[in-house]
This record gives sequence, structure tokens and C-alpha cells, in this order.
Amino acid sequence: MATAAPTPSTSGRTSVVRAGRSPGKLGNRIFAGISSGAGIIILVVLAAVALFLLYRAWPALTASREQLAEVGFMQGKGMWAYVAPLLFGTVLSSVIALTVAVPLSIGIALFISHYAPRRLAQGLGYLVDLLAAIPSVIFGLWGIQWLQPTLDPLFRWLTDRLGWIPLFADYQAPARNIMTAGLVLAIMVLPIITATIREVFLQTPRLHEEASLALGATRWEMIRQAVLPFGRSGVISAAMLGMGRALGETMAVLMVLSPGYLINFYLLKPGQHQSIAANIAAQLPEASGMGVDVLIATGLILFVLTFGVNLFARWVIARRAEFSGAN
Amino acid sequence: MTTTALHQVRRLPSWAPWAVLAGSVAVAVAVLALGGTPSVAGVGFLTAVVFAPLLTAISWQVEGSRRAKDRLATTLVTAAFVVAMVPLVTLVWTVVAGGVRAFSWEFLSTDMVGIFGQMTEGGAYHAIIGTLYVTGIASLIAIPLGIFTAIYLVEYGGGRAKRAITLLVDVMTGIPSIVAGLFAFTLFIVLFGPGYKSALIGGIALAVLMTPVVVRSVEEMLRLVPNELREAAYALGVPKWLTIVKVVLRTAIAGITTGVMIAIARVIGETAPLLITVGITNAVNYDAFDGRIATLPVYVYRQYAQGGVSEYRAWAGALTLIIIVMLLNLVARLVSRYFSPKVR
Repeated sequence: MATAAPTPSTSGRTSVVRAGRSPGKLGNRIFAGISSGAGIIILVVLAAVALFLLYRAWPALTASREQLAEVGFMQGKGMWAYVAPLLFGTVLSSVIALTVAVPLSIGIALFISHYAPRRLAQGLGYLVDLLAAIPSVIFGLWGIQWLQPTLDPLFRWLTDRLGWIPLFADYQAPARNIMTAGLVLAIMVLPIITATIREVFLQTPRLHEEASLALGATRWEMIRQAVLPFGRSGVISAAMLGMGRALGETMAVLMVLSPGYLINFYLLKPGQHQSIAANIAAQLPEASGMGVDVLIATGLILFVLTFGVNLFARWVIARRAEFSGAN
Repeated sequence: MTTTALHQVRRLPSWAPWAVLAGSVAVAVAVLALGGTPSVAGVGFLTAVVFAPLLTAISWQVEGSRRAKDRLATTLVTAAFVVAMVPLVTLVWTVVAGGVRAFSWEFLSTDMVGIFGQMTEGGAYHAIIGTLYVTGIASLIAIPLGIFTAIYLVEYGGGRAKRAITLLVDVMTGIPSIVAGLFAFTLFIVLFGPGYKSALIGGIALAVLMTPVVVRSVEEMLRLVPNELREAAYALGVPKWLTIVKVVLRTAIAGITTGVMIAIARVIGETAPLLITVGITNAVNYDAFDGRIATLPVYVYRQYAQGGVSEYRAWAGALTLIIIVMLLNLVARLVSRYFSPKVR
């Protein structure tokens, strides 16, 4: 038995197995090489993304004001004066998305992990995952066709009754404002946030939950005592993951929002904001020369931003995995 | 009032929430009917506004504050789930209702050559072919790369290199699609000059997005393979690489197939990177290495942007896209359900 007796299923490859004194040595080496090569390629690709963007962005980042003045869509602004409103719009739409999506996701995750009948839970989770599979261009269509008319009465009411608050001032139909864009983003990041939170909630130590219930806690009290404290860091990292997605989402913002290049908090006013990603998609097909470099530079800024947010999220998750008693 | 705890605990009957719900719906419909025809969204919103406080108040009176809070929490949590289902249902409904107007065999089998103005003919055949090309190229790159990286992480890697790759793969899943598009765009500008356009650029962009998804799902599946199987193979003298190919991969093949199909479904609808790399054409382009090529998501976007009659084609294209994505998801789930080995 100790000899390299090939199992029946490997008999077609006996020649390889018996090459050399220790069987499969060459095959092992090749296979290990290919596998670690693949791992290295991943690292190389990530580095290449950063380097190529930097390489093309560099001329724009170092360009003088006169050179940038040739770029039509910048309207004579300097690089940072051009990027600042875009960055603001990107972050604002993501913050709106998270404000809506995180509480909702906690609710959905709790529903699936602790409220829904156990036999249904998996299927319901799958339904939420289906949202993640829907292409972003279709979310854009839906945002225009269904969400904008649906939100219209609500926005009109807000601007009529609460219009003295700057946030809700000057709404104009159709609802092509940052609020609608943020709500579409909220729905698009819902699946990833929910999936992450649900995973964490399901890991709550069973004994903690049972101990709480045995002391006479209601289901909600049990969740507040056992599930939520355990899942807190998971919720934070899930929110950051969602943030990373929302920052870089292009099509929904491009289709739903009517763009502008201002920094303000008029959430319901159209033509005020624009996100980096949507701006690239809108301008790049017509851009040339220095314009392309400027857009690539904004893309690099977006890349750095999402990279940082994602890294932070993963760091929170990793820290939790090391210290929690669950693993 | 604290003495209620000492009394016999009084509970609401189990039909009480349903009765309150029915009452709330009735109130919502009645109120909205005063100001015109009630809309579904309005009724749903108002029902929730009436139902939650009403049930809580009743429960507070009968059962005390703790049970009331519990009921409120249950209401809110369930409402959160229902709210999440609203976009899914309305989205599918909107797309189907909009899509059937122009969706036909003719739509699937003709391209846009010679279609202009308000002509209602024309279809998405060229875009479907283009989507197959671009996604195919992305899959050819991403699937082997992803599977081998996962094999490295599970079977070979260790220490710092493994942790670094795991972390970076995770971070890579968060790369914005537009940045992946920009990367492919700059890569080919640098390599081939600015004039070069082809399906290959889009394929590279999508591969960047697809690889980490493949790695994550395959890795998860490989970890599910019990160690006893590997050890049994080693004990029989099977070399490691053959153990991986014949035992580990074979055991996990159903899960890997599922993961790969879901990854394909994820990238097949990517729009932004294709918008800036491969552009759009009106005719079928069978050459993956030369010339612009139309893809389904970009086709939908462009047709919608044109407005008028083209909008019908946009919706039909959206319906086609959603059918493809849903089919991929469905088949993927069926594969994992029926072909997974039953491991205990």
C-alpha cells in the first residue's frame, strides 16, 4: 500500500504519478507554481490599477492653471476647485444612502436571523440577495420611471411645509435631485450591508440568547442584551462596505441626478450636485487631451477613497474575528 | 402600575395584530379616498403610520410597557423587510410592463443598422452578441485566475502572503466599476495608443471586477471540503496536486459552478466600465479584437437617453438583461441544490 498505487480514478495519469522517486513531484511543483502565481497576479493587478491611473493622472495633477484652462468642462477652475464639489456630491449621496440603508439593513437582518420562521429564513435572505444581482442600469431606469413619480408628492409636501429648512428648500419636479439618487443608492447597497450584518447576527452565541430569554426577557430585550452588543463591530464594518459601494456607483447617479457643480445641502433642489463616478461616465466619451487626464485624476481620487474605506471595513472585521469568542 | 407584574400576565390574543392591521388599512384607504383615488404607495405608507402606534398603544394598555416595546420592535423589523421587498417587486414589475411592449423574437434577432428617427423596428441582437463576447473574455481570464488563487489560499498559502492576498482580494471586491473601466482604458491607451477600441478592453475591465468575486466564492467552497478526504487521498499515496484536482475540486465542483455563475451574473450587467471602454455601435461586430462593440447594458442606457420610440427598445433590452441575470441566478442555485455532495 505504501507504494504509489494509483487509485482507479487516476489510472489514466499513471505516467505522471510514477515519474521520479517521490510520486508527483513535478506535478506538485508546477501546480504550486501556478497557484501562487495566480495569487501574485492579483497583487500585481491591484498595483497596476493604482500605477496606471497615477501615470495618466500625473500630468493633470501637476498641470498649471493655464494648461487646465484648455479643458472645456472645467470652466477655468483649478484641479482642486474642480474636484471638491464632485467629492462633496459623492460623499453626500453616499451618506444619504447609508442613513437610509443601515437602519433598514439592521431590521432586515434581524428579521431574517431572529424573526422569520426558520424554514422561510433562507429563502427570504435569497430574495434580498436578488437585489444585488439587478444591473445598475436597470436601477437607473426604475429610479426614473417609478421612484421619481412616487417620491414627488412626498417631496412636494416637504418643501411646502418644511421649506424654511434649507435641506428641503426649492424642490422642483421631476425629482432629479441628490435625495432621489441617494435613495436609489440606498437600495443598491442594501444587499451587501444586510448580508454582512446577518452573518454577524447569526454568530451570536446561542447561550447568551438563551440565558437572556431564560431570565424572562422579551424577544426585543434579548436582542438588545445579546445580539446587538455582539454585532456592533459587524454593523460598523458592514456600513463601511456599503459606503465603499455607494461611493463608486455610477449609473444610478448618472441617470437619476441632474448634475451641478456646487457645494450645498439643498437635498431636494435639482442641478446642484454630481458624483465623481457619474461625472467620469458623462464626460469621458467626449473628452480629449488634458481633459482625459483630469478625469483619470478624479478616478484616482475615487479609487484611493474607496480603497481606504474598504480597508478600514476589513480591518474592523479582521480585528473582530481575532478577538471574538465565536471563532 | 408596576404592580401589573405581580398580577396574572395578560396577553393580547394572537389575532389582535391582524385585526389592528385590517383596521389600519381601512383607515388609510378611507382617509386617502377623501382626497381622490388612493395610490398603493400612499395606502401602504399611511397604514404603517397608523398601525405601529395603534398596536403599541393597545399592547401598552393591556400587556404593559415591556410587551408593547417588543411588539413595536417586531412591527418595525417586519416593516423593514417589507420595505426592502418594495423596490424588488416594483422594479421587476416596471421592467416587465415596460419591456413586453417591444420584446419579441424580432427584437432579439435584429440589429440597429438602418434604424433612425421614429422607426419602431430594430433590436438588440448585436448587443447580445457583444455582451457574450465581453463577458466571455472576462470569464476566460477571471475564472482560472480566481480558482487558482482560491486553491493557493486554501491549499498552499500560509503566513503573511496569504493574509495579504486575502485582504487585498476583499478590498478588490470594493473597487468601483468605473475605476476598473478607467484602468482598462488607460492600460490600452498606454499599450496600443488612443485609437484602439475593442471588446478586449471591456473584457479586461470586467475581469478585474469578476476575479475577486470568483476567488471569494471558490475559497468558501474549498474550505467546506472535509480534511478527511484530503488525508485519505494522501494516505493512498496520491500526490498533492492530484488530490486537489481529483478530490478537492471534484467534491466542490457544484459549489464552484454556482459561485462562478453568480459572478458572471454580477458582471454581465455592468454598465459604467463598458460605457467608457467599448462604446456602442449599430451593427454586429464579430471581431473581439478590433472595433467598437455594442453591449446590452450600454444599449439600454443609450436607447433610453435617446428618448421617443427608442425608450421601448431600452425597456425591452432591460427585460432581456434581467431575464439573463435571473436565469443565471436560478440555474446557479439549482446546481448547488441538486449536485452538491451530501456531506455530514
